[in-house]
This record gives sequence, C-alpha cells and structure tokens, in this order.
Amino acid sequence: MDVHAIVCIKQVPDTAEVRIDPKTNTLIREGVPTIVNPYDIHAVEEALRLRDRFGGKVTVISMGPPQATEAIRKCIALGADEGILLTDRAFAGADTLATSYALAQAIQHLAEREPYDIVFCGKQAIDGDTGQVGPGIARRLGIPQLTYVLQIDSFDPAAREVVVQRKLERGRQIVRAKLPALLTVLKEINELRYSAFPDMLRARSYEPRIWTVADLDVDRSQLGLKGSPTRVRKTTVPTPRQAGEIIAPATVAPEQAAQRLLEQFEKTGVLKEIVELTGGNAAHA
Amino acid sequence: MATQTLPAGTQGAPAQTAAQDKAPAASRREPGKTRFDVIVVGAGPAGVSAAITAAKAGLSVLILERGDYPGSKNVMGGVLYRQPTDVILPGFWREAPLERHLVEQGYWLMSERGATKFSYRGEDWDAEPYNAFTVLRARFDRWYAQQAEKAGAILVPETTVDEVLVRDGQAVGVRVGRDQGEIYANVVILADGVNSLLAKSLGLHQEWEPHTIALAVKEIIALPREKIESRFQIEGDQGVAYELLGSISKGMVGIGFLYTNKDTISIGMGCMLSDFARTGIKPYELLDQLKQHPAIKPVLAGGETREYMAHLIPEGGYNSLPKLYMGGLLVVGDAAQFVNALTREGSNMAMISGHLAAMTAIRAHQRGDFSAASMAYYRDLLENSFILQDLRRFRKIMPFVESRHELITVYPELLAELLQDFYTVDSVPKTQLFRRMMRKIRARRRWTSVLGDLWKGLRALS
Ligand SMILES: Cc1cc2nc3c(=O)[nH]c(=O)nc-3n(C[C@H](O)[C@H](O)[C@H](O)COP(=O)(O)OP(=O)(O)OC[C@H]3O[C@@H](n4cnc5c(N)ncnc54)[C@H](O)[C@@H]3O)c2cc1C
Repeated sequence: MDVHAIVCIKQVPDTAEVRIDPKTNTLIREGVPTIVNPYDIHAVEEALRLRDRFGGKVTVISMGPPQATEAIRKCIALGADEGILLTDRAFAGADTLATSYALAQAIQHLAEREPYDIVFCGKQAIDGDTGQVGPGIARRLGIPQLTYVLQIDSFDPAAREVVVQRKLERGRQIVRAKLPALLTVLKEINELRYSAFPDMLRARSYEPRIWTVADLDVDRSQLGLKGSPTRVRKTTVPTPRQAGEIIAPATVAPEQAAQRLLEQFEKTGVLKEIVELTGGNAAHA
Repeated sequence: MATQTLPAGTQGAPAQTAAQDKAPAASRREPGKTRFDVIVVGAGPAGVSAAITAAKAGLSVLILERGDYPGSKNVMGGVLYRQPTDVILPGFWREAPLERHLVEQGYWLMSERGATKFSYRGEDWDAEPYNAFTVLRARFDRWYAQQAEKAGAILVPETTVDEVLVRDGQAVGVRVGRDQGEIYANVVILADGVNSLLAKSLGLHQEWEPHTIALAVKEIIALPREKIESRFQIEGDQGVAYELLGSISKGMVGIGFLYTNKDTISIGMGCMLSDFARTGIKPYELLDQLKQHPAIKPVLAGGETREYMAHLIPEGGYNSLPKLYMGGLLVVGDAAQFVNALTREGSNMAMISGHLAAMTAIRAHQRGDFSAASMAYYRDLLENSFILQDLRRFRKIMPFVESRHELITVYPELLAELLQDFYTVDSVPKTQLFRRMMRKIRARRRWTSVLGDLWKGLRALS
C-alpha cells in the first residue's frame, strides 16, 4: 500500500540571525543564513514516517529562487525521495494568494502522473506568520484541510481516511477526514530524525526537478506580483513586551492579591475578552 | 583512473550519483556499499588540501567534517602563508576571503610595564602576490572547502567519524555516527586535528604528553576599520602581525599574538599544558591580563569582544611525531603534530602535508597498491620537504626552552631596564650609566650564564 506524500516547504531567513534595518524597517536579508521553515521540516518528518510505515514516496515542493535548492537538499538529507523547485521570474513577489495558486497548480500537474494521498505544510512560515498558504492550496485542490495538527491518530490508505488532533486555543479537537487531505502541522507533532549517512551523501549533489511557468498549466495573471492583491502599507517593529507584575502570595494577603488581580483584569480588558470568547461561559468557570 | 582500480562490484561516487538521478527512490533504500577512492576525515587546511589535490587528479574524494560547516570549530591566530597555499590553489589570494595582507611582522618582548618591539616592515610585502595574510578561519575554511567541492570532492558536514575500519592490518574505510554509516575507500587520510582520537585508537600515537601540547586562548575584538588602521599605521588591506613574548606568560613557556583583521583584532596567548597544570594559572585570566598590559591596552581601547575560543596546539615537534601511515591510511596536519612552534607555522605544514598525502594516494591508485609499503612514499616526500627537515632542525629547541623557562621572563625584563636607563637623560655621565647597566645585567644573570644561554641556544638550533 504505497503512500505518496507531498510536502510544501519554504526557505526562510534564519530568524536567530535576522536584523532589522532601523532606517527602512525592513529585514536585512543580505548575508543572513537561510533555513527550511522550522514547521515545514516537521511536516517533512511526518511525511517520512508515513512512508516508512506504508512504503511509497515523499515529494517535496518549494517555490523560490534557485538558491532554494539548498532547502530542498536539507529535506533530501532527512530522507525525502524527490524535490521539485518552482522557480521563474513570473513567480516572484507572490503573496499568499498567488503562492497557494502556484503550488496548487504544481501539485495538480504532478498528480497527473503521480496521484497523491496527502499533502503536508507547516502551520505557518516564520518570516510572514500568516498561515494562509496551506489552507489556500487545500481550497484550490478541493480537498479537506486540517490545520494546526499536533498528532496523526490514524492513517488508513485503504479506507482512505485520516484522523488527527488539532490544537485549538483551549484544548484539542479530534477530526476525521477523507484522503487525500491537506495537513498543516505544529512542531510538537514529532521529533526530527538524525539523517542516515546515505541520505546525507545523496543530498550533497542532489539536483531538484526545476519547473518554470512553461511547465505548468497556469493563468499568468494569477502569478507573482501581478496575482497578489496584498499591499503592505507599513511595517513596524514590535515593541518589546514589558515584564509582567508578579503578585507573590508570600508578601501579599490573599484578599489583597485577588483585589490586585481584578484591578489588572479591569485595566487590561482581559476579563471582557474571555467572556466574549466563551460566550459568557468563563464567568461560571 | 578512479574506476579502474575499484574492486569489482563496487561503485565510485560519480557513478553512484548518476544512478541516483535516474531512479532516486530505488537507490535510496538499496544499502549498496558506499565507496570512494579517498576518504578525508576533517575539513581543516590539511584535509581540504588533500582533497583538492586528489580530486584534481580525478580521484573520487569524500570529505567528512563533524562541524556544521568547515571552519565552524577551527581556531587559528591566524596568519596564512601565501606560497604553500598557492601550491595547492594557484592564485587563491585573488578570490579567497582574506582579512589583510601583512606588511609588517615582528616580536614584542614584554616586560611587566613596557615592551621592546622588534619588527620589520617591507614594501615588497605590499605588492602582489603578497607574502602572508591574516584570516578568520570560520570564513576561510568554508571557502577553501568549497574549492575542494568545485574540484569534484564531496563534502558531508555534521558527520563525525567514529572509527577507522581495518581488515588484516589495512585501513579499508570509516564508520560515521549515523545510520548505515560504513563507507569504504582505498585510502583514508586522517586530518582530524590535534586530538586525533582516530590515530590514537589505531595505536599510531600515544596520548600526547602535557609538555608537548600548548593550550591557546584567543579573542576576536571588534573595532572600526579606521581605528585599526590609524593605531597600526596601515591603510587599505595592509595588516600587521606581532608575536608577544616575556613576562606576560608568567614564567610559563608560551607566546602571545596580536594580529589585525579588517574590522577586528585577534589577540591570544598559548602556553604549555604542563605549565598551566604546574602553576594553576587560568588561561582566560592570562589573556585578560595581557589585554591590560600597557603596550596592548591602548590598541584595543573601545573594542568589543566578538568571540572567545580555546584550542590545543601540538608543539612536541619531531620528538613526538606519531607513526605517519599504515596500509591504506595517511596522517596529516595537526593530527601528525606538524607544527613549528617557534616560527608560528602550522597551517602551511597542514596544507603541504595534505598535498603530499594526496600525491601518495594518486600514485597508489596508479599502481593499484594501497599497502603500507606503498603508503611509505608519503614519509619519503615529507623527508624531502621542509616539514620534516625543519622539525628535525628545531627538535632540540623546545626542550631547551622548557629546561630554562626563566629565560622567557629574564631577558625581556633586562632589556626593558637597560633601554629605560639608556633613554633616560638625567645628567649622569655615560661611563657611569654604562657601569650601572652592566651591574643590572649581572644582578639578573651571571655573565657565564648569559654566555651559556647563548651557546646552548645556538647549539639547540644547529
Ligand atoms: C590559537 C592558535 C593560533 C594559531 N596561529 C597560527 C598561525 O598564525 N599560523 C599558522 O600557520 N598556524 C597557526 N596555528 C596552527 C594551525 O591552526 C593548525 O596547525 C592548523 O589548523 C592545522 O590544520 P589541520 O587541518 O591539521 O587541523 P584543524 O584545523 O584542527 O582541522 C581538523 C578538522 O577535523 C575535524 N574533525 C576532528 N575530528 C573529526 C572526526 N572524528 N570526524 C570528522 N571531523 C573531525 C574538525 O572539526 C576540524 O574541522 C594556530 C593554532 C592555534 C590554536
């Protein structure tokens, strides 16, 4: 029962090393090392686990400049079977709408020869934090989307069914979906493996398949900058959070502590927010 | 050449890559033997040089490096010499990430409160192809390893070699700390640096003795370019390098250094491990005190420490050379103790020994003979090179210095006192001044001892 899993990955700047230009408020990308988006690499790992269990194949797809080959190689080193790089000037400047369009078209193109059972994405990219590309792809492919997955409870390629746990604001939700489905995953879903040597070796000289606009059946007006309605008005550097106040039980009497807490809730509006979110249920809790 | 000499049923690396391109999924899980002509362990100057020379000759070469990337773990002062590097990569200095080319080099003899500086500045050194450069190893090693990849070698980082595979006394490959980690080769080149656990486990050398190993600590201190250039009277890409000797080592056998990079200064200090053990002095305190020395403090003023590192230097020289080869295996660079402590040469010996090991591997492939007798050719090449000739010539000097470590403090102090007297114009007649100076010499060291030091020192060098 071979499983074909497709994983969409993005090459991002290593935020541990990112600096922001104080004059222009934009990321200084020059000289900053790149990595595979940390959520995506866990998506690759999860795909590999399915493949190792059922047999089959993991294909990694990325849209990006030719340098994104390095990101694909990282996935090959982890054990992915094949990588496809969508690279073309026409893809450049894409927002989440245009990106999900291009990736969905690529997946469809691939599926003509190699049907897939499941598509994985990371929950979001650390350089944009939108989390929109995965759902965008699922919508265009017309398959179920399961976002913020922190565990696959069961995967049954014969019955064409998957059951996952999604992480919600509070608690977990268990969802069953038909295959093929698209999952966006959290880091907690798994621990990355330590690459086997043959995979490391293979990755060093691996050349991904390169697909340009000419290889895909696409509507050019939906690609790249042209297909991107998003306009960035302004970017700001987040102000660093101030340290919270600690009301230590050792120094404050319980009544006083409760009073202080209530005052803080009032001031920050936290209480109201919780009441709204829960439809008033929190008030009883 | 590569494929001819491979035993039947095995694959060279290039063939394997081609096969993978056609059927990636299939070959990924076929646990066929992974085989190369040459495996190099360690991507420092020694290993990369070996890889470049071997790959250029058409051998299939795999370099294994435990660091995240080549240079990530490496420490050097560091002065890189042009000529030896040019042997391996002609014209490297036009493209390599170098810091500054040296226009001045010298020794500072440090007393408690002063320094006597001997240095030479030469105009010839300011012109292409230059004489020597300062480098930051993290950048240089990475670039250097890329040149090996360009020559056709395959580099796999983040991979530690745990063991050399030996069959019937012949090295046949290595095992790395990863799944399916057995890799085979006709020749294994050990370039794993000063500790060379691998050479040790093969019994090629014993545990190094503490008096043959120096522990060096180093800081990289950031300063604006203009400040560096005005403080050291240099401009453009000119640079200077000074070795620091004297009271700064607190009576231990050791040497400090001060080198200019583009917008940083490298400052460090190394002393024999046995001396650190004997005196209980902490290496980082020694460096901190050096940074406070009146001759050093002003040139570092306002600087910000970027990096701090510590590393061992093998300084046993000729007397503690390990066995340099066995069937199917050659030892190069620091792993073979190829360092001349007196002249601050290490990287050049590493590179040239790597090159000579590659020549040996190339010849062995031409003959299809990887036995110990065939590897012995490496020893011949070394004997005919400056490496073993210099190490042999200098073999008595380290024991001499160690037997009289007080010299390192006595003479710089004495010199400081004499020069201070000499330059003090205080209306004392010169005859009286000279008499006073003589008395000072005698107080420090008897004439016979001075002559003895000189005589024995010269003898140790001859
Ligand atoms: C503070 C200091 C200053 C120096 N200054 C100078 C100078 O100015 N000029 C000069 O010429 N020399 C200098 N030297 C000496 C010089 O740095 C060394 O001689 C030179 O780096 C030796 O090169 P190498 O390739 O043999 O070893 P290294 O540069 O030590 O490289 C060994 C490599 O092997 C890797 N490795 C080790 N074990 C394994 C394993 N099991 N598996 C995989 N990889 C492994 C290491 O990560 C490392 O990358 C200095 C040294 C020090 C410490």
